[in-house]
Amino acid sequence: MADEVRVVIADDADLVTARAEARAMAERLGFPRPDPTLIATAISEIARNIVVHSGGGEIVLKPFEDANRYGLVVIATDAGPGIRDVEAALRDDYSGRGGLGLGLPGARRLMDEFDLVSDAENGTTVTMKKWRYRDELARLREERSRRA
Amino acid sequence: MSVAILREGDYLIAAILSDLTDKEVVELRGELIAMVGRYRSRGLVIDVSALDVIDSFVARALRSIVLTVRLRGAHTVIAGIQPDVAIALVQFRLNLGPLRAALDLDAARALLDQLTGGEAEDGR
Repeated sequence: MADEVRVVIADDADLVTARAEARAMAERLGFPRPDPTLIATAISEIARNIVVHSGGGEIVLKPFEDANRYGLVVIATDAGPGIRDVEAALRDDYSGRGGLGLGLPGARRLMDEFDLVSDAENGTTVTMKKWRYRDELARLREERSRRA
Repeated sequence: MSVAILREGDYLIAAILSDLTDKEVVELRGELIAMVGRYRSRGLVIDVSALDVIDSFVARALRSIVLTVRLRGAHTVIAGIQPDVAIALVQFRLNLGPLRAALDLDAARALLDQLTGGEAEDGR
């Protein structure tokens, strides 16, 4: 299994690296199209949020797998001032400082799971996941066992 | 900057050759707007086929180029949006209202001919 990749996010040039690393890992893990592009786009938004709102942070990309699924976890952390109103930041019409309101809700739509924790002391952590069932049979089995 | 800008008669063709930083995107916007005035261009094609990510920042920059260039009297066509990028843009739900797009450079030139055809030639 591929190892985790860590990208330091300090300025806008690091977004180029983050996008390329995200695509490379998604392709390495076997994600079908268009997933590598969706993942790279979501990571680009999260990385830009770090640059604009906090001045610096990092993004860790990690593969994960369980019995039926494989996937990619993205953990983005910064030590910035935190987001005062998280719910508002995830709304489509919200535009915080820098007018990047679209970034977070857009990124959320491109991924399967999205979680945001933020406070003034610890900054902001965004955790996003994209996953795929190994095959259609595994997906059906899992759905059946959940219903049972 | 990894953008090639060519003059083709009344048109400017800007081909983005690799992923750009935000700063380069902003510089490109300024440069294209200035060039449209300098060369009295009536049409602009931005070829984005080399971009495998178009996120909200780039999409907004493209939108802003289209609207600004229009106020300078020229039409813009975005050429070569990759299929996966198109899917991402739709899922993202960006407002791409003013963007005119074409499959490739040839289709973009044809669309520009249509868009600028109804306007008076300036006699050059």
